[in-house]
Amino acid sequence: MIEGKNISKSFGDRLVLENVSVTMEKGKTNLIIGQSGMGKTVLLKCLVGLIKADQGQVFYDGRSFSKMSFNEMKEIRQEIGMLFQGGALFDSLNVEENVMFPLSMFTEQTLSQKLERANFCLSRVNLENANKLLPSELSGGMKKRVAIARAISMNPRYLFCDEPNSGLDPQTAHLIDELIKEITLEYNMTTLVVTHDMNSVLEIGEKIYFIYQGKIWWEGDKHNILYTENKELQDFVFTSELTKKLKPKKGFGV
Amino acid sequence: MKFLFHFGRYLGLLGQAFQRPEKQSIYIRQILVEMEKLGLASVGIVAIISVFMGAVVAIQMAFNIDTPLIPRYTIGFVTRQSVILEFSPTIISLILAGKVGSRIASELGTMRVTEQIDALEIMGINPATYLILPKIVASMLINPFLIGMSMLLSVGGGWLAGMATGLFPTADYVNGIQSFFHLYDIFYAFIKTVVFAFLIASVSAYNGFYTKGGALEVGEASTNGVVYSSIAIIFVNLILTQILLA
Ligand SMILES: Nc1ncnc2c1ncn2[C@@H]1O[C@H](COP(=O)(O)OP(=O)(O)OP(=O)(O)O)[C@@H](O)[C@H]1O
Ligand SMILES: [Mg+2]
Repeated sequence: MIEGKNISKSFGDRLVLENVSVTMEKGKTNLIIGQSGMGKTVLLKCLVGLIKADQGQVFYDGRSFSKMSFNEMKEIRQEIGMLFQGGALFDSLNVEENVMFPLSMFTEQTLSQKLERANFCLSRVNLENANKLLPSELSGGMKKRVAIARAISMNPRYLFCDEPNSGLDPQTAHLIDELIKEITLEYNMTTLVVTHDMNSVLEIGEKIYFIYQGKIWWEGDKHNILYTENKELQDFVFTSELTKKLKPKKGFGV
Repeated sequence: MKFLFHFGRYLGLLGQAFQRPEKQSIYIRQILVEMEKLGLASVGIVAIISVFMGAVVAIQMAFNIDTPLIPRYTIGFVTRQSVILEFSPTIISLILAGKVGSRIASELGTMRVTEQIDALEIMGINPATYLILPKIVASMLINPFLIGMSMLLSVGGGWLAGMATGLFPTADYVNGIQSFFHLYDIFYAFIKTVVFAFLIASVSAYNGFYTKGGALEVGEASTNGVVYSSIAIIFVNLILTQILLA
């Protein structure tokens, strides 16, 4: 479980997060949704400590992250897998080296053990036969999948994904959603996914926070999101032609 | 004020870089990789510049010493001295600041803006130690070889110039480069070289490491890396010369 309490962050005089409190539950996929530029990535980075919040605290299973020294933080971080919005693959390493990188740094596994693990992770994101390619030789969606494979290579206790399926075709996006849901359950991970893809929301949103104007505007799950009375969330949810069809009609009662 | 901010942050970054590495074997491999990228890749340019530098110094000496009061072997002697004491350690270090410094700053700058440095940090790896320490160590190990090679080639360049132009007899030149040789001069030159290597790697790494923004800022960081490591070299050169030759 990851708790963020009263997190505030501004850049200059632009307040991006205002007193945000969230609880990410263990064994569930927790979602942060919201429009572009609303501070989803900033919130995620505050939770992992890449951005220093102006105020607020973060707890990992009760351990106060905000008060830790760099070396104590390092221990928790080895339990974190993170997918960056842009992938953040290491350009100088090829696909399998990228995925094996955390294993090389933190385990004493032999090369063949590491390769086996890397191939397993790559097969889970449906990426075979790309092992020797460099990041510059990959398509956007392939980069994303390699980055996911790298994030899960160490079997993390905490998984953070910043828009895991943006830029992917619907089929692969679905596959990635399934994968995230599956491994979260399988390894009882605490998973946090930032997304603005309504398909993902309805598929994997076991707990959902909607962030609007720097605040948590709404929280719920995939079952009650369609019945929300919240004006801003309705605007967010029912924008596409597809989701409009899902909108419950007034008077038909729920 | 701004200088103090950067200097303080630079020292802070060095403090982070000089920490116990997570895994020794990986760092040793990183150092070897950097030695190849930063050192071997510069052999060509260092060689060309050195030969021409030595030739020019020798020819200038020959033109300036045309009184019979000064013995002809002086040309060889002075060429050797200027090359060892100043031209090779300082000029070649400045060239390397341009070549290696821009490379380090743009590599780290790109890694910063594409979040690769954040990715390292998230994995629990100290990015300063992982990325910067091997570059500093590699530069300090490989640059003395480059500078040593430069000294030999420069002196050789002077000899070639004498042969090609006929301005001075090569026998005198060879005699000159063997006269009044002090081992301390070589020691002095290599102390300078190692200090400059440290400055090139660390100052340009600092400029890259704290890049903010995008591709444009990476270019800026790369330029700044070269400018500030060159300034640092010139400045420290003055101090070291005072201390070591006093
Ligand atoms: N390092 C920074 N410096 C200044 N402003 C920043 C910085 N990072 C983010 N911001 C600002 O914070 C706001 C929120 O950014 P953030 O990246 O969290 O948006 P987001 O919700 O993730 O959007 P998207 O869905 O497009 O990724 C933006 O207005 C952005 O301009
Ligand atoms: Mg974002």
